[in-house]
Amino acid sequence: VSHPSAPDAGALAHQDGRPLASITWIGAAIGAVGLAASLASSSKADFYFSWLVAYLYFLSIALGALFFVLVLFVCQAGWSVTLRRVVENVMATLPVFAVLFLPIWVGRHELFAWTDAAEVAKSAVLRGKSGYLNEGFFAVRAIFYFIAWGGLAAYFSAQSQKQDQSGDERITRRLQAVAAPGIIVFSLTVTMASVDWIMSLDPEWYSTMFGVYYFAGSLLSAFAFIVVAIAFIQSRGLLRGIVTTEHVHDIGKLLFAFVVFWTYIAFCQYFLIWYGNLPEETSYFMHRSHGGWPSVAKVLAVGHFAIPFFFLMPRAIKRSRPLLVTGALWLLAMHFMDLYWCVIPVHREAWAHLRISDVTTMLAVGGFFLATLGWVSSRRALVPLRDPRLAESMSFENV
Amino acid sequence: MGLLSPSLPSGETYGVLAEFASPKDLYQACERVRDAGYTRWDAHSPFPVHGLDHAMGLGRSRLPYVTLFFGLCGAIGGFALQLWANGIAYPLVVSGKPLFNWQPYIPITFELGVLLAAISTVVGMLAFNELPMLFHPLFGSRAFERVTDDAFFISIESWDPKFNATETERFLTSIGATHVELVRRTPQAEAS
Repeated sequence: VSHPSAPDAGALAHQDGRPLASITWIGAAIGAVGLAASLASSSKADFYFSWLVAYLYFLSIALGALFFVLVLFVCQAGWSVTLRRVVENVMATLPVFAVLFLPIWVGRHELFAWTDAAEVAKSAVLRGKSGYLNEGFFAVRAIFYFIAWGGLAAYFSAQSQKQDQSGDERITRRLQAVAAPGIIVFSLTVTMASVDWIMSLDPEWYSTMFGVYYFAGSLLSAFAFIVVAIAFIQSRGLLRGIVTTEHVHDIGKLLFAFVVFWTYIAFCQYFLIWYGNLPEETSYFMHRSHGGWPSVAKVLAVGHFAIPFFFLMPRAIKRSRPLLVTGALWLLAMHFMDLYWCVIPVHREAWAHLRISDVTTMLAVGGFFLATLGWVSSRRALVPLRDPRLAESMSFENV
Repeated sequence: MGLLSPSLPSGETYGVLAEFASPKDLYQACERVRDAGYTRWDAHSPFPVHGLDHAMGLGRSRLPYVTLFFGLCGAIGGFALQLWANGIAYPLVVSGKPLFNWQPYIPITFELGVLLAAISTVVGMLAFNELPMLFHPLFGSRAFERVTDDAFFISIESWDPKFNATETERFLTSIGATHVELVRRTPQAEAS
């Protein structure tokens, strides 16, 4: 009979993130090369739009991790404690996204038509929205998002580390109490950020589902990234026997669930717009109905739903590390296609292939994201060493 | 005996019932019975014992395949029903939309897929467990009445290829049973 046993102090003592420090330098180098290549090789508009996709992509992973941590505390989850520090580290990269936002602010006139006073004057709709869509308020909101996300991430990260030293159970209760209002703050800010940074690219269009659409993709990509990150960390000899097949199996279930959730939301948005058939709503899909974009939609329907849905369904696949990592990498690629489909058609009428800036900006933002993640991870234990539910988590088994 | 009792092969003896003192004894006894190569047997406990399925060497349930099959039937059937009704049997133009269009069929397709998957899971679970079952030969044992209270049992059925009444009773005693008895197929009428 497996009862929660005392954590194996010997195994836990070696769960230090220092061996991951090399990622910091590798990531920074990739980021610097990517940034230089992006600036050297592409037109201004290409650069800003590609940067926006890359930025939203890695931001969604970090935001998904933040939400996952908040939910784990609200639910008083026991199973997940051994892998929570990995999620916390992904979440703790959020402050750096305030810096990575700068190109979007600098390129706002290339990206957002509503920043052009002449455009606004021409359109009654844009004049009506100008109380919200104006540069000053846009900047204030962005600063507010970064304070909210960075603050939540820094607070949870610091408190969790503090518990490594003190083992104080009150920290767990305090974080649990903060997590519930934290989720409210999270959902409002993420919804508004997706309106500001994606929906307002097409300022006359609106969809009331857009916030949850970005949220669904964000959680999906976070789970996929966590699967890959754990596999990578274990390939370096860390977390072995601590994060087990049982834990990864559960992340696989969440991955599967969010494949369905993303599809549900994506279809609902499309379906309601299709059914209502109102010109101010259909423009989004009209715009994407020609010039090669329909084939991107088909890739998303098959690759972001049908294939991963059936692939991730069997238990055996979720419990096989190589197969689950394959599925996760596939979904990470599909999530890029998804954001690409949301952003790029505003800029390019026709789609034929990725442009060089699409790749280089991914390297740039991805490199800086990984550098931050490596730096954060290398400065703390990879397991919440004295979390009161650690023993429960280590003996966790799926029934 | 009818629908509400288990379908069992013929024979006078149902099997051997052995009582164990604690969940721990039951767990260890299950491992021994499993390792001894018995296949037609069961463990009985007033509450779920964590990990007992491993100790008994039980495989995975076939239930998910039932769920998948009926889920797909529901989804495909739901889609086909609408296609036939709206597109063929009673073509009707609604709000200027084409007669054949997959978009409005998806909610019903989804709902019927979920509905049949859910119902078939519940019904399939009952069917695999042969429930509802109002009578079982083990109810003939006086000792077995405490199975919903504080007693733990292993029963080995007489049609197990390895079954031999004396040998099996001796084996169960050797692995720590506190009480072993032979259970008949039909309970003997008590002398009153």
